[in-house]
Amino acid sequence: MKDVTGAAAPVIEATGLGLTFQTNDGPVHALKGVDLEIGRGEFVSFIGPSGCGKTTFLRCIAALEHPTEGVLRVNGMTAEAARQARSYGYVFQAAGLYPWRTIAGNIRLPLEIMGYARAEQDERVARVLSLVDLEGFGKKFPWQLSGGMQQRASIARALAFDADILLMDEPFGALDEIVRDRLNEELLKLWARTGKTIGFVTHSIPEAVYLSTKIVVMSPRPGRITDVIDSPLPRERPLEIRDSKEFLEIAHRVREGLRAGHAYD
Amino acid sequence: MRSVLPVLVVVLAILVVWYGAAVWLNSAWTYDQAARAGTHPTLVDVVNDTMAQERPVLPAPHQVARGLWDGVAGQKITSKRSLVWHGWVTLSATLLGFGIGTGLGIVLAVGIVHNRAMDLSVMPWAIASQTIPILAIAPMVIVVLASVGVTGILPKAVISAYLSFFPVLVGMVKGLRAPDGMQLDLLRTYNASRAQTLWKLRLPASLPYLFASLKVGIAASLVGAIVGELPAGATAGLGARLLSGSYYGQTIQIWAALFAAAALAAGLVVIVGAIERATLKRMGMA
Ligand SMILES: Nc1ncnc2c1ncn2[C@@H]1O[C@H](COP(=O)(O)OP(=O)(O)OP(=O)(O)O)[C@@H](O)[C@H]1O
Ligand SMILES: [Mg+2]
Repeated sequence: MKDVTGAAAPVIEATGLGLTFQTNDGPVHALKGVDLEIGRGEFVSFIGPSGCGKTTFLRCIAALEHPTEGVLRVNGMTAEAARQARSYGYVFQAAGLYPWRTIAGNIRLPLEIMGYARAEQDERVARVLSLVDLEGFGKKFPWQLSGGMQQRASIARALAFDADILLMDEPFGALDEIVRDRLNEELLKLWARTGKTIGFVTHSIPEAVYLSTKIVVMSPRPGRITDVIDSPLPRERPLEIRDSKEFLEIAHRVREGLRAGHAYD
Repeated sequence: MRSVLPVLVVVLAILVVWYGAAVWLNSAWTYDQAARAGTHPTLVDVVNDTMAQERPVLPAPHQVARGLWDGVAGQKITSKRSLVWHGWVTLSATLLGFGIGTGLGIVLAVGIVHNRAMDLSVMPWAIASQTIPILAIAPMVIVVLASVGVTGILPKAVISAYLSFFPVLVGMVKGLRAPDGMQLDLLRTYNASRAQTLWKLRLPASLPYLFASLKVGIAASLVGAIVGELPAGATAGLGARLLSGSYYGQTIQIWAALFAAAALAAGLVVIVGAIERATLKRMGMA
């Protein structure tokens, strides 16, 4: 899972993708003419101002939303087929744990639905709990955990089954800087360990640059891609890398892209 | 402890008002009797008499209490004069009706949430059904069922179910629709079936709503069972006790039966509440 970045057939491939919501106030062009290829094992961040269609694009990949134009292939299938094949785990902006289930029960939920045997469920729950540093919290209910811990539990839930794509919509948006840094580091380690392809929505330029192998800059009205930046940073990234020259250069380019997007208005 | 005082104050106030009302309402009969006998009772005599009439307009609290005590503890519980026996007759119909009504309410709610045709068609009928006075329906149910040979507990349970399915239906439709878009989307990402969505998300999410409905429903069930005992000249049950009391002017018996019914209702609601707390606690929601 280390050496095939971008080389093999793309995991996610969008061509001329568009989505128009029909609302009472007329059509809303949430996405327009989106072309993007994401290779296996990549970490792709989507960044852009509010309302530029980041969530919509992620939801299209997840087949929770249906594009009105263009073609979208996920794992070589249609997005709907990929959803039915349970190809991805989705982490929503809010942790969204079911309050009547314990943390372990929440992580077990996809496993129950996908019909894993009880023993395997237990084993997987224990494994992903330790992966997100929540050993010993399995029997707690969500309200007994902090927001950051809940968010980690929701990530564990998306990791519990064998999907090779992980889609995350501003998972750390509501957390403070320090917790966010820790979770970012953990996420990178996790990505290195699992080799998953990750699509990650964020509003934070440093977060996008720190995490990604590819940064997709988007702009609103209609939502479209204005820049795609392949990061030259190594995959091994200590937090200090954020002070390096390369890091600041990429961050600068992202900021320029965001600014250019606004200039179109 | 702090909550006991207000309760005691309220109870005391009710007792005072009640005694006052008993003296006032029953004194007419006392004066009437005195006038016939040609005597002139003092105020003390009047008050004493209004407390101890055989068939008072409004029995005094201690008379009702004695009637209750006599009905509960003073009889063998198999006796036809035992309130425990009558209470059990009513309770069994209540529980059966409650079970049927709850089941029906849940099944209809599941149907409404999953089927558009049912969504559009069932609710208006359910609402219409509740606008018909139960006193108008009860005799028909008893008569119709009796004509096809169904008597005993079942007709009463049917009336009971008729009253209790509605709150359960309304509560469960709301409860089953309580999950938000994200909770539903999550299951879509797992490609969960509709049955799995029902069992893993909709039903657990609806439990708080269900319990709120059950408390209303169990009380409604009891009313239904009692009403079901009124029309056919039934001889057993709290409803029959109320009816025969009113035939023979046995006001104390009526009031004792009323209080027995109220105690039964309160007990049932408390039991449902206890089950609710235990369940929600186990689910981490209380
Ligand atoms: N279900 C919907 N119906 C109508 N319009 C929608 C719907 N979902 C999103 N939109 C519109 O589509 C556009 C893109 O929304 P989207 O949620 O993808 O933005 P976003 O980039 O995720 O924004 P944010 O950073 O605030 O989360 C917005 O203008 C939004 O109002
Ligand atoms: Mg969004």
